[in-house]
Amino acid sequence: MDERQDTFPRLLLQHARTRPNHPATREKDLGIWQTWTWAQVADEVRALACGLAADGFKRGMHLAIVGDNRPRLYWSMIAAQALGGVPVPMYQDAPAAEFVYVLNDAEIDYALVEDQEQVDKLLEAAPSVPTLAHIYYDDPRGLRNYEGVTSFEALQERGREFDRAHPGWYDAEVALGRADDVSGMLYTSGTTGKPKGVRQTHAAFIAAAKGSAEFDRLSPDDSVLSYLPMAWVGDHLFSFAQWLYVGFTINCPESGETVMTDLREIGPTYYFAPPRVFENLLTQVMIRMEDAGRIKRALFEHFTAVARRCGAEILDGKSVALSDRVQYAIGNVLVYAPLRNVLGMSRIRVAYTAGAAIGPDLFRFYRSIGINLKQLYGSTETCAYVCLQPDGGVHFDTVGEAAPGVELKVADTGEVLVRGPMLLKEYYKRPDATAESIDADGYFHTGDAGFVDASGQLKIIDRAKDVGKLATGAMFAPNYIENKLKFFPHIKEAVVFGADRDRVCAFVNIDVGSVGNWAERRGIPYSGYTDLASKPAVYELIRGCVEKVNAELAGEPGLADSQVQRFLILHKELDPDDDELTRTRKVRRGFIAEKYAVLIDALYAGRDVQHIETLVKFEDGRSGMVAADLRIDDARVTPAEEQKAA
Amino acid sequence: MQPDPPLPTPTRRIGDVILSLEHISLAFGGVKALSDITFDVREHEVRAIIGPNGAGKSSMLNVINGVYRPQQGTITYRGRVRRGMDSHDVAVAGIARTFQNIALFKGMTVLDNIMTGRNLKMHASFIEQAIWIGRARREELAHRAKVEEIIDFLEIQHIRKTPVGRLPYGLQKRVELARALAAEPSLLLLDEPMAGMNVEEKQDMCRFILDVNEQYGTTIVLIEHDMGVVMDISDRVVVLDYGRKIGDGDPAAVRGSKAVIDAYLGVAH
Repeated sequence: MDERQDTFPRLLLQHARTRPNHPATREKDLGIWQTWTWAQVADEVRALACGLAADGFKRGMHLAIVGDNRPRLYWSMIAAQALGGVPVPMYQDAPAAEFVYVLNDAEIDYALVEDQEQVDKLLEAAPSVPTLAHIYYDDPRGLRNYEGVTSFEALQERGREFDRAHPGWYDAEVALGRADDVSGMLYTSGTTGKPKGVRQTHAAFIAAAKGSAEFDRLSPDDSVLSYLPMAWVGDHLFSFAQWLYVGFTINCPESGETVMTDLREIGPTYYFAPPRVFENLLTQVMIRMEDAGRIKRALFEHFTAVARRCGAEILDGKSVALSDRVQYAIGNVLVYAPLRNVLGMSRIRVAYTAGAAIGPDLFRFYRSIGINLKQLYGSTETCAYVCLQPDGGVHFDTVGEAAPGVELKVADTGEVLVRGPMLLKEYYKRPDATAESIDADGYFHTGDAGFVDASGQLKIIDRAKDVGKLATGAMFAPNYIENKLKFFPHIKEAVVFGADRDRVCAFVNIDVGSVGNWAERRGIPYSGYTDLASKPAVYELIRGCVEKVNAELAGEPGLADSQVQRFLILHKELDPDDDELTRTRKVRRGFIAEKYAVLIDALYAGRDVQHIETLVKFEDGRSGMVAADLRIDDARVTPAEEQKAA
Repeated sequence: MQPDPPLPTPTRRIGDVILSLEHISLAFGGVKALSDITFDVREHEVRAIIGPNGAGKSSMLNVINGVYRPQQGTITYRGRVRRGMDSHDVAVAGIARTFQNIALFKGMTVLDNIMTGRNLKMHASFIEQAIWIGRARREELAHRAKVEEIIDFLEIQHIRKTPVGRLPYGLQKRVELARALAAEPSLLLLDEPMAGMNVEEKQDMCRFILDVNEQYGTTIVLIEHDMGVVMDISDRVVVLDYGRKIGDGDPAAVRGSKAVIDAYLGVAH
């Protein structure tokens, strides 16, 4: 038997040998959690890999994987790797037109997808993708009359036959794999230009999985909910690399809409979510608390105040006054524990957030009710593994210290540079981009501007290329300001402008859930987003938020000039379908600036109203026009604090 | 690990006539709701009944499933001839329906509502049911499995335990369809399944109707207002106007018929 555990297929075989009956994968299907043990998963993967081989899949080929988090899609990644191939998970909610680019760039000839929706998209893209020859699907519903596509069962059946005819072939293929083979190709989100295929090796992802697993003492008894897009590096680390390295259990939700219920049922011990998920959860809790009875509300308010005072300190093991400890213990019984239970977080030992800045109140709230929420920093190119926050060393505005095995330094330009075993091998077919991002000393240029603060943790300010200057010469970090705005629950998105201009102006998207609730409470009627966004009272509300941000900026060195002087509330929500956001919901500043040039002109020209018509795409693929007369408002600016001091 | 339940074998091939209505007339006092209507429904087809408001569409559906008893005419369902059928016989014969104004138990969960659709298939005695032993327990597990299959089919897992009264209209419609499907009907009557829905909900509902038809081979008779929808999903269409039949045939033929165009555009009679 092969004792090397340096590739994912070999790790799978090892789990199947050492803990064959331990649950490896669960999925809720037809209302019941179904379980597959490691031995069963190894068996499924074997049949699948042999099936692909029978269909002509060879070493070095690429297998596209598209769909929600389904056990079979995770298994197919190992199957491709077992044959020396490269799985290429793709964003399942992208339209067919966006598929074409990635399918062509990766020269996909085999694709394994979830269901009819994805098959339809692939078939739509197929005429523009000459290499695409084999399409397999997991869920057969609605696909009976399709020709030229193969079901997962049929593929595995072929595989079992092939396996019988070629005994020992599969094990030989697995033994051929090398640690420095490419184990996966993940596409960057394309915030800047076309997405690039990032090629990572087994060694890199195993190094990242090992480092982070040891850092947080993960064990085979841990359990995670796999619900984030499979094409995203975070999911690839948490639900794939760590899963196979540590041997814990991944749980696939029943559907995208049932994630909350499934989370409660599973009660994961290890959890990852982008800030927006934590924010949505909290918003839901808050809305329900507003509707709760008076006694419950009073209890909730009293004990969340107690938790705010001392909860995070208790979690960090710091010394806290006895009276606070007693109060916190009572609050734990009455409020925090039930709340954690409702959130599905009763068993959480470690929770991480990353991908965007998290609001201080939000972050502190979760920690204060006893959830060990921490931050990390990483990117597709670094296997999502650069910085981690240690237990007891958690701050809301930093992303942690260099993870084990990672060398970190900040260049003179302020850009964060990293070196270590988790770095990408290359960008696919882009030697120019590879050479540009990895320097002669082997440091990867993250493109993020940041600094290491007094506590030794990294603090990220903005994308390095986004940090510009105002016409006055002062530093202008748009993301930093946008994040401050977005920390308000009423503001969903914000885009600020100011590079090479004399002052800063902003576009704002309100959060319909939160502002809608606010409006209902005040008896303000509205018919939809556009109507709500144009209400004078809503402008008033948002101006309050902007002015608070201005007051904060006034107190920060070098940023006083970046205060938002004018703003408007956009008449439509920024949407990835309209190319205004990336699939991971980052704003595409350049595109927005071009599309809404007339609004920017109006902001800087000092006009109070501007008419705009915008083409929007609906979810069913049709498009239509939205027209509105947008109000533009001025916000009060706080004088800088240095001046006061002087 | 349990394998997915095997899918029903494909049965979508339009077969023989299973339901034929001959010379049906129905009047309420002096108001003639239907006069001398004749048409048939073939196995596995999607048959639409369309017409302007007050054309007699819902009356027609109520005649088929035994709520109204026509004064004249005969109904032949799978070889059995009768004047009218009573509602229980209709259900036993494998006909299920949904209603124009949703008729669900608002205070019960989606799951429980769909479970009621299994009523006819439950055989356990009152005592067994009351203390949940013997057949009652076995049956409930089997019924629940069937209901879960339907929940999965109609993609309503996320509202399984939500009381129906709290759901938006479009989802309630879907739950009603689920309940009708729970009876495993061979003939499904849908009374304006798309009424009051937005474009996206209509598209979803169309897809579900076609999927039901394809996957389970269920014959579907539907009443609908929205011409576009009807033309897209039906095999044959009957057009009623003022209680009379003014058109019958495949969608293209009906669309081109002068009588139909006049009826829809409101030409004076």
